[in-house]
Amino acid sequence: MSQMSYFKKKGDPYIFAAGMGLIISLGMVAWILIVILAKGLGFFWPRDLVEVTLDDGKKYLGEMWEKRDDYDRHETQLKNGNRDLYGIDFVWMDDANIVSSEYPEGAFTFERMEYGNFYGYIVAVNVENQAVTAVDGDIVSKAYDAFELAHQTHDEVVETQQEITDLTEPLTRLQREISLLEIDRADRTEEGRALLERYRKEANEMEQAIAEEYLALNSELEKLVIKDRSIFLSVRTTDGRNKDLQLSHVVRFFAPNQMGIFEKSWHYMGKLWEFVADDPREANTEGGVFPAIFGTVMMVILMSIAVVPFGVMAAIYLNEYAKQGVVTRFIRLSVNNLAGVPSIVFGVFGLGFFIYFVGGSIDQLLFSDKLPEPTLGTGGILWASLTLALLTLPVVVVATEEGLLAVPRANKEGALALGATRWQMIRKVVLPNAMPGILTGLILAISRGAGEVAPLMITGVVKLAPTLALDATFPFLHLDRKFMHLGFHIYDVGFQSPNVEAAKPMVYSTALLLILIVILLNIVAIYVRNNLRKRYKSSTF
Amino acid sequence: MMNYQEEVDMVSQTDKQEQTHLDDVLAKERIVIETDDLDFYYNPEVKALKNINIRIPDKKVTAFIGPSGCGKSTLLRCFNRMNDLIPGAYLEGKVMIEDADIYSEKIRLEELRKRVGMVFQKSNPFPMSIWENVAFGPRVNGIQGKSDLDEIVEFALKQGDLWREVKDRLDSSALDLSGGQQQRLCIARTLANKPEIILMDEPASALDPISTGKIEETINELKKDYTIVIVTHNMQQAARISDYTAFMMLGEMVEMDTTKRIFTNPSVQMTEDYITGRFG
Repeated sequence: MSQMSYFKKKGDPYIFAAGMGLIISLGMVAWILIVILAKGLGFFWPRDLVEVTLDDGKKYLGEMWEKRDDYDRHETQLKNGNRDLYGIDFVWMDDANIVSSEYPEGAFTFERMEYGNFYGYIVAVNVENQAVTAVDGDIVSKAYDAFELAHQTHDEVVETQQEITDLTEPLTRLQREISLLEIDRADRTEEGRALLERYRKEANEMEQAIAEEYLALNSELEKLVIKDRSIFLSVRTTDGRNKDLQLSHVVRFFAPNQMGIFEKSWHYMGKLWEFVADDPREANTEGGVFPAIFGTVMMVILMSIAVVPFGVMAAIYLNEYAKQGVVTRFIRLSVNNLAGVPSIVFGVFGLGFFIYFVGGSIDQLLFSDKLPEPTLGTGGILWASLTLALLTLPVVVVATEEGLLAVPRANKEGALALGATRWQMIRKVVLPNAMPGILTGLILAISRGAGEVAPLMITGVVKLAPTLALDATFPFLHLDRKFMHLGFHIYDVGFQSPNVEAAKPMVYSTALLLILIVILLNIVAIYVRNNLRKRYKSSTF
Repeated sequence: MMNYQEEVDMVSQTDKQEQTHLDDVLAKERIVIETDDLDFYYNPEVKALKNINIRIPDKKVTAFIGPSGCGKSTLLRCFNRMNDLIPGAYLEGKVMIEDADIYSEKIRLEELRKRVGMVFQKSNPFPMSIWENVAFGPRVNGIQGKSDLDEIVEFALKQGDLWREVKDRLDSSALDLSGGQQQRLCIARTLANKPEIILMDEPASALDPISTGKIEETINELKKDYTIVIVTHNMQQAARISDYTAFMMLGEMVEMDTTKRIFTNPSVQMTEDYITGRFG
């Protein structure tokens, strides 16, 4: 026997190929995670501001963003912000043209509610017609004081606005009733006319009753708005253009070139917190993604609540009650095939069945006074969750069936031999034993459901929905509301936003967050499953 | 080697007239289980039991012996209708318990299995606490009060000779018990239902000699109160614990008699061959 044939008999090349396959798979997963981690986490780090002077005398101030090396050209991309002045946030420059680059101490980054970042120098602080310029000393701490004051004032503005809304709310409602009656031509009947008359009189009385308070609030609001507007910073860009920044529209400002590593870390934590806990700004390209996190988690929970009971019941019937034969085989095959149907098809089904048929019918029955404005007959978190529940049903059914099959026959027979009915056996012996299998199904369903975007796009996901599906106003759980979703957020920010370049890092951060949330949800489910497994470890001799 | 099938056929044709000794003995006993020309099929092609006529006396231990695949377990499982679980299986003939046909429509399955308890070859405690295991039967049969259940659990564990060992840890998992203890727990679990008949399907075959000894002691105690039918591979065990022994072969009942007579003076040559270890 030759060396070669022994080599083949041992199967070394195949073992090697198998090992390579595993390494490549692992490598790709690791690569995805590394790229997303690096790009996603780096986004929040406050970058130094570099002032670049080109050989034609042009000056730019901004963050170093990217370098591009072509064959013999080396180019640098600078994020120079100031979109309101320059029109675009980014500029490419040839490295050969750069005369000097410096890191000026006094350069500030201003994060604004609108128009993206502003990079420049503080010239003066204006508070209610009093200007403090650099000549008068510590301008930076003055600026921070003004910043505090501006936000305080802004909060007061919002508060006053809310007060006015609360004050006029009953009147507004009454007026709505009146206009509805008018639309219905209620004045054609005697009693309709009387009702309309009464409503109008009530509205008049109400208006008079609140008039004084209303005017007082309004003038207060006016004063506050003027005060708010009067607090601003005069800033200058590096190429000498001046700009006034209203401080209540500035989210934060800082001088990155002066910051040490600890200050930067602190800033970084703050940004990270803002990212997970705040609402988005600027067409989702800035700020946080909290509504999207909330929407994703809530949708997954609703989906689980819907899919687990159905899947488990179906699997129990299929496995324990149904007579095994051609029909059950066919059903099993169909369920398995359902798992392979493209998710957008489920989305279309959800739109047609849940939203138009079920939601539309409910609207006809229960909310007919609001028609033609739909209540449940439009996309919402409930319909999206149910659509995903349908999508993940096969996974749960298959995993549960496996769990049921793994229950030792001896245990089932033992229960029956003690006089238990079939149902008692299932309830007390089979289900607890199959619990780990059921949870495995849930884990798979969560993984699949949390990452699915296509069906959601037509069943209730929107670009921006700051009102959450769960809040403090009755009935607390608003299942009819539209919602945001991290997966859709990635698509929207990355490909639908007006400023794709600036939003790119946000895509990575959001992707990272989505992965983390899926992992977190899975860890919880796996933890529960392992605890159950310990309880139901099989008997040993 | 002779052809056993022929011999079995020959015996079953002749034994009808000859079994006078057994008739004499059984005349003094109360018969609890009786079968009438019982045939059992796993499917129309596989006939596992052929023309079984057996009478099992009250408050006695009856052992079924015979080589593997002879149908002793199948016969046992006909008595509490465990065979109903096998898809496609069916039987012909009658099984009477206390003169009632247990395969008739009127019989409620759960009620039957409560009356006719069963202990399996491999111990099968549920993954619950010891207490919950024993209380399982009474609970599914409608007893709910905690104090009632406590009483039943203590009674059953005492009768199953396990009380001394587990009385301080009734809440710990039954799966933490040793193999022998688990099997006695399964016996106690059956006793908690206060059955009339206990079927045992090779209850000690997976246990070490000491555990086996304990199980046998327990069975000896139990026969005062219960009718016990036991399937065993172990001839010595059958000789030690049973009052009656039935020898089965290829799905047919070759011979049944008092254990003493079967082991000392069997009327069929094949029984003697089997007992003396010439085959099987």
